[in-house]
Amino acid sequence: MALFHPNDADTSDMIRLYFAGLAFLLSCLTATAQDANIQPILQEYQAEIAKSSRKTIGPVIDVIASSGSPQAQLMLETWAAKNMWMRKSDGLFFVGEKTDTKSYLLTDFDSGDVVGSYPKSDLKQLKPNSGVRAMIATALVQFQLMDPDAAKRQDALTSIQRDPGPTLLAPLRASIYSEPDPTLKAQKQRLERLLTIGYDQDTKARVAAIEDMSGDLGVDVRATLNPLVAKTLNVAIGGTPTGVNVAALLEPGTDQFSKTDAYDLLVVEGMAPALISSGDMRSALAANIERGRVGGIPVAQLDTNAARKAAYAALADAGKVPALITPADMDTALASHVFFETFAEPSAEVTTAATDALETINLKVGLNQTLDLILDALSLASIYFLAAIGLAITFGVMGVINMAHGEFIMMGAYTGYVVQQIIPDHTLSIIVATPMAFAVTFAAGVAMERLVIRWLYDRPLETLLATFGISIALQQLAKNIFGTQARPLTAPGWLDGALVVNDVVSISFIRIAIFILALVFLGVFLFIMKRTRLGLETRAVTQNPRMAASMGINPGKVNMLTFGLGSGIAGIAGVAIGLFAKVTSELGNDYIVQSFMTVVVGGVGNIWGTLAGAAMIGFFQKGIEWLNPSNTLAAQTYMIVFIIIFIQFRPRGIIALKGRAAGD
Amino acid sequence: MQRSFIAKNPSVLIFLACLALFTLIVTVLSEGFGVGVISTSFVKTLGKTLCLCLVAVAMDLIWGFTGILSLGHFAFFGLGGYMIGMWLMYERTRLIVVESLSQTEIPATSSEIIDGIGNQIFGVVGSSDFPLIWAFSDSLVLQLAMVVLVPGVLALVFGWLAFRSRVTGVYLSILTQAMTLALALYLFQNDSGLRGNNGLSGLQNLPGVTASQDEVSLWFLWASALALGLGYLLAAWVVSGKLGSVIIGIRDNEARVRFLGYSVETYKLVVFTFTACIAAIAGALYYPQAGIINPAEIAPIASIYLAVWVAIGGRGRLYGAVIGAAFVSLLSTWFTGGQAPDIPLGFYTIKWVDWWLVLLGLSFVAVTLFAPKGMGGLVDLLTQRKSPNRHGANLGPDDGALREQEASQ
Amino acid sequence: MNFLKSTLAGSIVFASLAGTAMADDDTIKVGVLHSLSGTMAISETTLKDTMLMLIDQQNAKGGLLGKQLEAVVVDPASDWPLFAEKARELLTVHDVDVIFGNWTSVSRKSVLPVIEELNGLLFYPVQYEGEESSKNVFYTGAAPNQQAIPATDYFLDELGVEKFALLGTDYVYPRTTNNILESYLKGKGVSESDLFVNYTPFGHSDWSKIVADVVALGADGKKVGVISTINGDANIGFYKELAAAGVSADDIPVVAFSVGEEELAGLDTSNLVGHLAAWNYFQSADGEVNAEFVKTWKATMGEERVTNDPMEAHFIGFNMWVNAATEAGSTEVDAVRSAMYGQEYPNLTGGTAVMLPNHHLAKPVLIGEIQDDGQFDIISQTSEVPGDAWTDFLPESAVLMSDWKDLDCGMYNTETKTCVQTLSNY
Repeated sequence: MALFHPNDADTSDMIRLYFAGLAFLLSCLTATAQDANIQPILQEYQAEIAKSSRKTIGPVIDVIASSGSPQAQLMLETWAAKNMWMRKSDGLFFVGEKTDTKSYLLTDFDSGDVVGSYPKSDLKQLKPNSGVRAMIATALVQFQLMDPDAAKRQDALTSIQRDPGPTLLAPLRASIYSEPDPTLKAQKQRLERLLTIGYDQDTKARVAAIEDMSGDLGVDVRATLNPLVAKTLNVAIGGTPTGVNVAALLEPGTDQFSKTDAYDLLVVEGMAPALISSGDMRSALAANIERGRVGGIPVAQLDTNAARKAAYAALADAGKVPALITPADMDTALASHVFFETFAEPSAEVTTAATDALETINLKVGLNQTLDLILDALSLASIYFLAAIGLAITFGVMGVINMAHGEFIMMGAYTGYVVQQIIPDHTLSIIVATPMAFAVTFAAGVAMERLVIRWLYDRPLETLLATFGISIALQQLAKNIFGTQARPLTAPGWLDGALVVNDVVSISFIRIAIFILALVFLGVFLFIMKRTRLGLETRAVTQNPRMAASMGINPGKVNMLTFGLGSGIAGIAGVAIGLFAKVTSELGNDYIVQSFMTVVVGGVGNIWGTLAGAAMIGFFQKGIEWLNPSNTLAAQTYMIVFIIIFIQFRPRGIIALKGRAAGD
Repeated sequence: MQRSFIAKNPSVLIFLACLALFTLIVTVLSEGFGVGVISTSFVKTLGKTLCLCLVAVAMDLIWGFTGILSLGHFAFFGLGGYMIGMWLMYERTRLIVVESLSQTEIPATSSEIIDGIGNQIFGVVGSSDFPLIWAFSDSLVLQLAMVVLVPGVLALVFGWLAFRSRVTGVYLSILTQAMTLALALYLFQNDSGLRGNNGLSGLQNLPGVTASQDEVSLWFLWASALALGLGYLLAAWVVSGKLGSVIIGIRDNEARVRFLGYSVETYKLVVFTFTACIAAIAGALYYPQAGIINPAEIAPIASIYLAVWVAIGGRGRLYGAVIGAAFVSLLSTWFTGGQAPDIPLGFYTIKWVDWWLVLLGLSFVAVTLFAPKGMGGLVDLLTQRKSPNRHGANLGPDDGALREQEASQ
Repeated sequence: MNFLKSTLAGSIVFASLAGTAMADDDTIKVGVLHSLSGTMAISETTLKDTMLMLIDQQNAKGGLLGKQLEAVVVDPASDWPLFAEKARELLTVHDVDVIFGNWTSVSRKSVLPVIEELNGLLFYPVQYEGEESSKNVFYTGAAPNQQAIPATDYFLDELGVEKFALLGTDYVYPRTTNNILESYLKGKGVSESDLFVNYTPFGHSDWSKIVADVVALGADGKKVGVISTINGDANIGFYKELAAAGVSADDIPVVAFSVGEEELAGLDTSNLVGHLAAWNYFQSADGEVNAEFVKTWKATMGEERVTNDPMEAHFIGFNMWVNAATEAGSTEVDAVRSAMYGQEYPNLTGGTAVMLPNHHLAKPVLIGEIQDDGQFDIISQTSEVPGDAWTDFLPESAVLMSDWKDLDCGMYNTETKTCVQTLSNY
C-alpha cells in the first residue's frame, strides 16, 4: 500500500513551476555555451533520473531538452530505448552496449569515447516506464520533426498523436512546409488541424478547424472534440452565474436527473445537511441508550424500523440528534437552487461548432459501428460455418452423428502446430500444414468409419455414444502428448494486422482469410456434390443404399470416402481456427455443440441450410452481445435457448428437405 | 396369472437385500458407528456412489426402457443439488449472522439480518443482494418442494416443447445436450444469482447439527441407500406394469404404439418428467455429501458419462444401470486417485491418471460394438438365459423389436 | 450381481488401508493437494514439482526435527468437490501435518470447511480476491492490495490513465477484484462513465468486438488502460486480437494479473512487448537467491521450464513452515500456527517476507513489461506491502479486520468491536 502515493496536486504543481523556472534559467545559461555537456545536467538530476517517475521527471526532461546540448537528442533516445546505464561507483550515465562476454561496453555521451567494459553487477540499467517514455517522446518531438530520417519524423508524429499539447503546435506548423514525404505531410496537416482545435488562441481559427474536421471518423478527432464539450454538473443559489459556458439547465425530478441525485449534489457541495442513513440512525440510537431505553422505547423492541424511527424522533425532539430530513425538507432545499451543466470550454462559439460537428460525426460513427458489427457477425458466422462444414457432410449428408468431429478439428490444429515446429517459416509451414491436416484427419476419419461407424449404421444413438467414447479418448490422448497448455500456432506475417477501413470499421486479415476459406469450402463442397462422380454416388448411397448398390456403386467405399472427406475438411478448419484462437486439447469441445446446432438449425442435408444456420447463429450472437456488451456469456446462453425454441417451431431447420429426400 | 409384483420380479428382492447388506456392512466398518476400518472420506464416496446409482436408474428408465437418449439428466441432478444447497447455505449463514448481530447493542431488524445473510453469501462474488430465486430459501419445506418442482417443471416444459414437435432420436439427444449446456452457461454467470462459477459451498455442514462428519456421512449413506431402494422399487414397478409395456412399445416402435391409439407424447412426457424428478432427488442427496456444487457439475460431459455408465452396465435392465454406475464411477475414482499402480514399459511408464480416460473411451466403444447388453449381459450368461429366437440378430434396445432384415430396410 | 461392486469396494478399502499401514511413523508427512489432471493441471503440476523439489532439498539438509519429510501427493483432478474429498483423505487417512495446495478460489472454498473441521493447516500460494480469513489457512499469494491496487495506482500515476476497461473471465476472482477496483477508482475521482466492465467465459476466443469496444473508449480524449483479469487460455485470443488491431502498449496499456511466464509460453510475444503484468515475483528478478532458485529448478525440471509467482509463494511458505515447526519443536497445527506469526524469510526478489497475524504475507509488488523473449522486464518494485484480508475499498469489508494472534478472530468488526464469525465464510 505504501507506494505511488498520489502527491497533493497543488504541491506537485508548485514543484513543476519551480522546475520550469529553473529550466528557463538553465536554458538561458546554456544558450550561450553551445557545446554544453550533457553529463553535468544529468548528474544534477541524478536521483530523479535513476529512479524515474512520471510525476517528477517532467521538469528534468524539459531541462535536458532545452539545454541546447548537441547530445540531448541522443541521450533522450538512448534513455527511452532502455540503453542508458548508470555506473554504480560514481553514478555517471553512459550508453551501454552488450558484449558477448556478459559485460557491457560503456560510451560517454559527450565525448563519444568508449569508457570501458564493465560486468553487469557494477552497472544499473535505467528502465523508464512507458509513461516516462511518452514524456521523453514528447520532448524529442522538437528534434525529430525536422530530422532527415523519415522514421524519426514518423515517431514524432505518433508521439504528438498520443500526447497532444499546446507547445507542439508551433514546431509542427513550422515543419509542414519543408516536409518532403507526401504521406507524412498529410499526417502533419491533419495533426495541425487537431492541435488548432484544441490549443489555438484564435477562436475563429478553431471554429474553422472544427468545420474542416467535421466529416472525419477518426478516434483522434472525437478525442479532440469531446473534451471541449465535456459537461460538469453545477449548482448555484438564485440564478446561473455569469461568465460560464452553460450547456443546459436541469430540473430535478426528471428521469435523467432525479431529486435524490440533486439532493446528493447539494450535500456534496455542502449546501444542505446529509440524509440520515439507517446505519447512522442505528449508531445514534446505540449512543443514546439510557437505562435500557432509547427515547423511552425499550432497547429490546428496537428490532423494527418503525420503532427505531419513533425512538430517533424522540431523541431528535430532545435535541440530542439532528432531525430526520423529510421529503418536504428536500423539496424546499431543491427549490431554492438552480442546477445546470457547464462546458469545460469557455468559448460558446467553439462548443456550438464542436457539438454540431460531433453530431454529424456520431451519426456516421453509428452507421459504421453497425457495419463493423455486421462484419464481426459475418466473421463469426464464417467460423461456425467452417467448423460445421465437415459435419454438414458426415451428419448432414450421410446422417452419421460424429461426436468426435470436434476432435478432428483439434487434430488439424495440432498438425499445424507440429508442422510449424519442423518448418519455422510461417508462410511455408501453413502451406504444408493445410494438406497435411487434411491427410491426417482424412486417414483418421477413414479408420474410424471402417472400424466403428460402419457397424452402427442402423443404430444412430449408439453411433453417437461410440463416437463420444472416441472423442474422450482422443482428447485425453492429445493431453498426454501435447500437455494441457495452449500451444502457439502463429499466423504468417502477412496475415498480421487488420484491414482498417476507418477508425471504426476494421477487421483482422486472419478473419478475412477464414471468411474466404469458408467460401472456398462452400464452393468445393458444391463442386464435389454436384459435379463429381463421388458426389453423385454419395447422394445415391444416401438416398437408397441398396438401389445404389444394385447400380454398381460400392456403398461401403463411398461411405468411407465421404466420411474421410468430411473429416479432412474438419482438419483444415482446425488449422484456420488454431491460427486465430488457440490450440488446446479442448479446442474441439468448444465448437462441437455449436457445430451441431448450426447444422440442425440450418436443416440437415442441405449445405445452404448450414450456411443459413451459421449466419443466423453468428448474427444472433453478435446482436445479443451488442445489446449487452458487458456480459459475453449471456449472449452464448441466450443463443442456445433461442436455438432450442427455434427447433420447436422448425424441427427440420431453416431449409428443410421435402419429399423423399427427407427420409420419412 | 395374477402373480405378485415381487414374484414377477425376483431381481428386485435380491437387489434390495444386497443393498441392505451393503449398508449394514459399511455402517459396521465405519468410523462413525463401527470399528473404523472404512474412513469417513470413503463412506462419503460410497454414499455419493449410491446417489449416482439412483440417477443411473432414472437414466435407464428414460433411455433403456423408453428409448429416449437424454443427454441432459445431469442438469436435473444438478438443479436438485442447487435447490437443497440454497437452503443449506441460507440457514447456516443465518445462524452465524443472528449470532453475530445478537452481540450488538441494538437488536437487529429482520431486514438487517437478511442483508447480513446476503452480504455473507454473495460477498465472495462481489454482491450483497438476494436475487429473486432465493425467495423461498428460508424455508426448508418449500425448498425441499423446489428440489422436485424446479427440475420437474423444467423437464415438463422442455419435454412438452420437444415431444410436441416430434423431435426424436439424435435430434432430441442433441437438444437435451444443448439444454444442459445452456443451463450450465447460465449458472456460470454471476448474474444468475447462484454465485456463478463458485457455486454453493460448505454444504456438508448441516445447520444446527453438531454431530461430527463421521456420523453425518453415515446418515447420508443411509438416506441415499433408502432413496436408491425406493427409487429402484418404484422404477421396477413402473416398468413391470402397463405403463412399462407402453413405454417399451414406444422404444421399439413409436409409430405402431401411436397407431394403437396411445398418446405417445404424453407417455414420453410423463416418463421424462418422472425421471427428472428422480434425478433431482439423487442430486439433492449427492451434493450435501460432496460439499460443493458449481456449474461445472452440469456441463454436458457429466450427462454423457451418465449414458456411459448405463451403457456399460447394460441398458434395459435396472440392475444393469446400478452396476454400471457403481462400477465405472468407483473404478474412475480408483484410477484417477493415483491408487492404481503405474505400468512401466521400459521406454514409457503408463500413468493411469493420464491414461484412464483413454481406456474408458475405448472400452466404451468396445462395449457399444461388441457387448450392447453391457455388464448386465454377464448375468444372462450366469443364468443361461437366452433371448427368444426371432430369426435374426437382436439389434439392441433401439431397434429391439425389429428383426435384422426389417431394420436394414 | 452386487458381487462385482462389493469386490471392488473391498479392494478400494483394502487399498486405502494399505496406504495407512505403509505409513512410517519416523517421517513427517506433507500433503500436496494440486490437480495433476484436468484443466488446471498445467498450472498446478508445476507447483507439485516445486513442492517435491523443496522437500528433497530440506531432506538433504537433514529433514525437520530430526525426521525426514515425506510428500503425500494426491490428485484432485481439477474437480472442485474432489478437492474436499482429497483434503479429508489427506488429513484423516494419511495424517499429514500440513497441506500445500489449491489454485482456484473455488477449490479453496471447497476445501475450507474440511480443513476447519479437522483443524488442518493449508498453505495457499496463488494470488486471490481476498475477503476471507481462515484460522487454518496461510495465504502466501497476493491479496488485492498487493497486486491489483498497486497496479491500478501505477496506471493512474505513471501512465496517466483516465479511463479504465476492466476485462475479466466470469468467475469469483475477477468479479471481486473488479468490484474492489471500481470502488477504489471511484474513490480516486474516476467517474462511473469512465469504467467499462466486461466478463467473458473461460476459454473465450472471439475477442474482436470487445477489443473494438476498448479502442472506441478513447473517443472522448482520455487515456485508456485495460486491467485484465482474463484467465488462462482466453488470454491467447485476446492478445492476438489486440495485436491484430494494432493496439500498442503505448496507446492502450494492458496490465494483467493472471498472465505469468507460464502463460506467455503459449504465445508469440513479439506483438505484445510493453504490455504489463503485476506480480510479487518475476523470473527475471535480479539477485543471487533467485538465480540459485531458477538454476535448481531448471536443473531438476529441464532447461525450458520457467519459474513463476506461485512457485515463489510456495518457496516462502514452505520455508516459513519449516522454521516455525523448528521453533515450536513440533508439527502440531496449533503450535506451528502460533510460531508462524512474525516469521521472516528472504524473498527471491530481495527484501524480507513477514507473516502477519492475519495469515497474509508482507511482500513487494513488482510490475513488469512483457519482452519479446517471453520474460518480463521489471520496471517497478515497491517496498514490502502488508497483505490485507479484508479490502479497505468496499464499505462492508472496510470495517472488518483479521487478527488470529491477539483477537483470535478472522472477521472482526472494528465498528461494533465484535467477532462476526470464527469459521471462514465459504
